[in-house]
Amino acid sequence: MSVASRDQIAIDAVGVARRFGARWVLRGVDLQVRPGEMVGLLGANGSGKSTLLRILGTLLKPSAGGATIYGHDVVKSPDEVRRQIGFLAHTPGLYDDLTARENLQFAASMLGLENAKLDEALDRVGLGGVRNERVRGFSAGMQRRLSMARLLLRNARVLLLDEPYSNLDVAGISLMNELIGESVKGGGAALVVLHELAPAAAVLDRTVTIREGRIDEPDGAALDAANFAVAGEG
Amino acid sequence: MSAHEDWRRVRAIVWKDLTTEGRSKAGFNSVAALGVTILVLFGFALGPDAQALRDAAAGALWLAVLFAGVLAFNRSYQVELESGALEPLLLYPGARWTIFVGKLFANLIFVGLMLVIVTLVGIVLFQVTIPPSWPKLIAVLALGTIGLVSLGTFYAAMASRSRAREVLLPLLLFPMLVPVLLAAMQASKVLLNGDMMHEAGAWMSMLMAYDVIFVVAPLLAFEHVIEV
Repeated sequence: MSVASRDQIAIDAVGVARRFGARWVLRGVDLQVRPGEMVGLLGANGSGKSTLLRILGTLLKPSAGGATIYGHDVVKSPDEVRRQIGFLAHTPGLYDDLTARENLQFAASMLGLENAKLDEALDRVGLGGVRNERVRGFSAGMQRRLSMARLLLRNARVLLLDEPYSNLDVAGISLMNELIGESVKGGGAALVVLHELAPAAAVLDRTVTIREGRIDEPDGAALDAANFAVAGEG
Repeated sequence: MSAHEDWRRVRAIVWKDLTTEGRSKAGFNSVAALGVTILVLFGFALGPDAQALRDAAAGALWLAVLFAGVLAFNRSYQVELESGALEPLLLYPGARWTIFVGKLFANLIFVGLMLVIVTLVGIVLFQVTIPPSWPKLIAVLALGTIGLVSLGTFYAAMASRSRAREVLLPLLLFPMLVPVLLAAMQASKVLLNGDMMHEAGAWMSMLMAYDVIFVVAPLLAFEHVIEV
């Protein structure tokens, strides 16, 4: 694939492998996600879904293979990649002793967004009424919503989301889908690690499954079939 | 990325660290209490001999700062580790050395405040007479603190990835700190005794040289140390 064409692909992973000690978690993952696509990443526990996401998010280096985000290499140009992505980890990663607004203010400062619409983002995720309360008193669902608000601040072209629906209520799930949908419709792309397909089934374009460290269904099986396969593993 | 943006990131980290610490308060209280306790124990151990107390003052002060500092350094990444906030911190675009510098400034303020308390208590407990060259003494305290905090912040980052970080940090830090502590303690001691032989300047030069090394080297290496 030429460099020019890689620039047009949101996520392009080729032969990504990663080992921890002697154990190979990923054994050569090939995956492409195009702009405007929302892809669900499925697999059993320990199959390497989060590892792949962390490699794409520049948090881990691959042991072999490589990946690009809009043409930017995750190993050679990690800072460029970080400018393109919005990463939602499994844990919310918030500061308990800061208020909801202060958490966003810190994120905005780190991102260089001097005119960030913090209150607007908090209102959007339904936390406007508790903006000045410390995160320590928030439920897991509220913390997840605040992580969503933090994601809203940056205009990310690629969303890398690790189990984004965990701890969210029905309204929260709907809001999450709305936010992902808006990003994808605006030309962005999303790769979403899922344990359950149901919350995202209505908005996913396709799913891929990791099995034994490799993508098992690279071209996207029908959602129902993928859901069945995952349920079968559980 | 411009220097303005780097500085903005540094300020954000300093603000965040000091705000979270100021609100929890547990960290500063325990660190200051440990420093004072060490001084009090030294005072009791040395007895009522005023000269012996004065002779031991510099050593006792730096030991108190060292042990209390280790507690502070361990805490400096704890807030990120407890809440899983280290990864989001690493995911912000921009130079990662700004994280180190932000944490360094926050720790300097934190340890500096603790040093003020410990020094005041030390002056009273050890019956120290303030020497005429007190500005030099303050400079020694500042230089010693910079070396201690810079290395402490760096090694705390290195140890933060380990489950045994509370044990690992002193093991890594103490041997590296020997030259800084030796120079700081000797310079403080000769200044408290009037610096008759004009030795303080040499010790201070040594301290400055170590400070330059111990600030620049961690700055260059931090990106690799904090790598997941």
